[in-house]
Amino acid sequence: MEVNYENGLNLKATELRLGLPGSDEPERQTTPRPNKRTSSEISSSGLTDDGNDDHQASAPPAKAQVVGWPPIRSYRKNCIQAKKNEVEGGTGRYVKVSVDGAAYLRKIDLHVYGSYPELLEALEKMFKLTIGAYSEREGYNGSEYAPTYEDKDGDWMLVGDVPWEMFISSCKRLRIMKGSEARGLGCI
Amino acid sequence: MESSELKRSKDSVNSCESARRSSFPDEVLERVLSLLKSHRDRSSVSLVCKDWYNAERWSRTHVFIGNCYSVSPEIVARRFPRIRSVTLKGKPRFSDFNLVPENWGADIHAWLVVFAAKYPFLEELRLKRMAISDESLEFLAVSFPNFKALSLLSCDGFSTNGLAAIATHCKNLTELDIQENGIDDIGGSWLSCFPESFTTLEVLNFANLTSDINFDALEKLVGRCKSMKVLKLNRSVSLEQLQRLLVNAPQLAELGTGLFSQELTIREYEELESALSNCKNMHTLSGLWDATGIYLTALYLACTHLTFLNLSYAALQSVELAKLLAHCPQLKRLWVLDTVEDKGLEAVGLNCPLLEELRVFPADPFDDEIVHGVTEAGFVAVSFGCPRLHYVLYFCRQMTNAAVATIVQNCPDFTHFRLCIMNPGQPDYLTNEPMDEAFGAVVRTCTKLQRLSVSGLLTDLTFEYIGRYAKNLETLSVAFAGRSDWGMQCVLGGCPKLRKLEIRDCPFGNAALLSGLEKYESMRSLWMSACNVTMNGCRLLAREMPRLNVEARGGMPRHLSLLSEMLGTRQTENH
Repeated sequence: MEVNYENGLNLKATELRLGLPGSDEPERQTTPRPNKRTSSEISSSGLTDDGNDDHQASAPPAKAQVVGWPPIRSYRKNCIQAKKNEVEGGTGRYVKVSVDGAAYLRKIDLHVYGSYPELLEALEKMFKLTIGAYSEREGYNGSEYAPTYEDKDGDWMLVGDVPWEMFISSCKRLRIMKGSEARGLGCI
Repeated sequence: MESSELKRSKDSVNSCESARRSSFPDEVLERVLSLLKSHRDRSSVSLVCKDWYNAERWSRTHVFIGNCYSVSPEIVARRFPRIRSVTLKGKPRFSDFNLVPENWGADIHAWLVVFAAKYPFLEELRLKRMAISDESLEFLAVSFPNFKALSLLSCDGFSTNGLAAIATHCKNLTELDIQENGIDDIGGSWLSCFPESFTTLEVLNFANLTSDINFDALEKLVGRCKSMKVLKLNRSVSLEQLQRLLVNAPQLAELGTGLFSQELTIREYEELESALSNCKNMHTLSGLWDATGIYLTALYLACTHLTFLNLSYAALQSVELAKLLAHCPQLKRLWVLDTVEDKGLEAVGLNCPLLEELRVFPADPFDDEIVHGVTEAGFVAVSFGCPRLHYVLYFCRQMTNAAVATIVQNCPDFTHFRLCIMNPGQPDYLTNEPMDEAFGAVVRTCTKLQRLSVSGLLTDLTFEYIGRYAKNLETLSVAFAGRSDWGMQCVLGGCPKLRKLEIRDCPFGNAALLSGLEKYESMRSLWMSACNVTMNGCRLLAREMPRLNVEARGGMPRHLSLLSEMLGTRQTENH
């Protein structure tokens, strides 16, 4: 028996619906989406995000994502996002750079560089100075400058001792030391 | 269950009321029935006859309400005069995934007002997916002098100020369990509100709060609560602080650590290791945020009697996991991140023969470009090594029908099978066929199956299988699946024990919806969103079933939720 759901009931007069009086709300039908996520709905209209997600300090997702998929609870989602920001630096990994004797500080994004030589070259260009080459035994001995950084524990370390990835994640700020202080760092 | 006693009482109870009254005093019946704990058994008992109904209602001390809209607090209070413990669940489960709008409802306050009047001796309140405000928490704290246990899971609407009220006023508190809530975490000062004379706390779980707490206050609290069994810390507690807490609480049975990563001296490391291994009763370990290989070794000695290990916040590699699991021979439940990959799961299969539950969460669920994580191979490896496995939650990016068939052959006792192939509508990656046969194998082989979540490319055939074979299925979750109304009709027409059905983004329409009228009488809830159901279809349903709570919401995505239970009385329609 075919039941006509749309015409059998004359409920239009008492219909509860969204929209201004006099306008017609179209009945929307959805179709299955066996394709990849990117062609699916974008999380926008109708639903407000719950408070948790609003507190993420993250860049919006690059691709369109399906609301509530994969089915992961807010707390775990927030943890994932926080971790991403910390490790990959979705918003960049900016640290202050000071040079002894310079009038003001600069800021650089560590994520722009892939290795120590790249970073040091950039610093040399930025401040118009020569840092020279790193050696494990002697640091930057021979140079007038020694690049140092403050790590998570608040200690001042010589740039170059630890693997690059570890350096990026623990570096809070850079200080390029000059003169006798700098030379002293190479001979402990 | 005291079946022999019940049988005896049943035999002596005949249909003649006067004979019954003289041969079997109500007090005896009540005493016998008070030994019944399961709420389902109690519901059955209450249906036997009027005397049993009365004896049951007078002896019930705990009431479980799976859907807060199925019955009013007044009716509950009228029927059960002696309740000391209440469990209430509110919003549909999909609210966990942002599919339910804010301010949907499920507010606890009206219930608390009734309870304050009718159950002033209330001791326990356990809420899941309810809305609760700080005012309600304050009201709770001052209205029930005997209040002992508060558990809030996936609730929202409150802040840490509400927790402060509980800590301040509940002199007999034994349990404060705050899990995964939409809580406004203003600060950690709530913990300092426990008075210095307060010593009764046995369970404290604030693992999902983010603010720093006053460690001094926590240390003193743990020190004086000698009966504390469960302590789950948040990230703000360091390893060094953890060690200090453990030294004063070696009796702990369940421990959730704080951040498990800190540069320690050798002596600090040894002290931590020693403090952990001194917890001889510890059977559950969680937290472990950011744990890495170096620090996990401190756990080795503590894991000997561990039955539940939650590593789902520690991005471990396969080798680290393997080394740790070698020290966990008693493990029954394991939660991990998919960073352990298939190799890590092989280690699970090799080291954990007693494993009953495995949950593998995705470390990076929203990134299409990830090629790691776990595959069907890992799941198969676990199934070979862990024949007792009966609960699985598995997030993966590829699966095959053959693998699932092997898995259920190895582990036929599944009660909960939740498989999430993360790309919607993805077929068997080797054969390119739908995943119908996989779930067919699951429902055919696993006769005890209670809960099933399906995923991947699925035709109506999957639902034919489910309807035909899943005789014990109570909960079914479906997303991006099916071809026509027929699929949903099969499920509603089969599955005699179906209680909860949640469907999103499937081509099921009004015909399917309305084929389940009989079924909805015995179900707790139905959710359909972004399907082919129309507003008029919902109205028809509401008209046909006036005792059902029907909520239909237009707009995009359209959602319909039916919340019903035997006593559903309200009919509501929102727009």
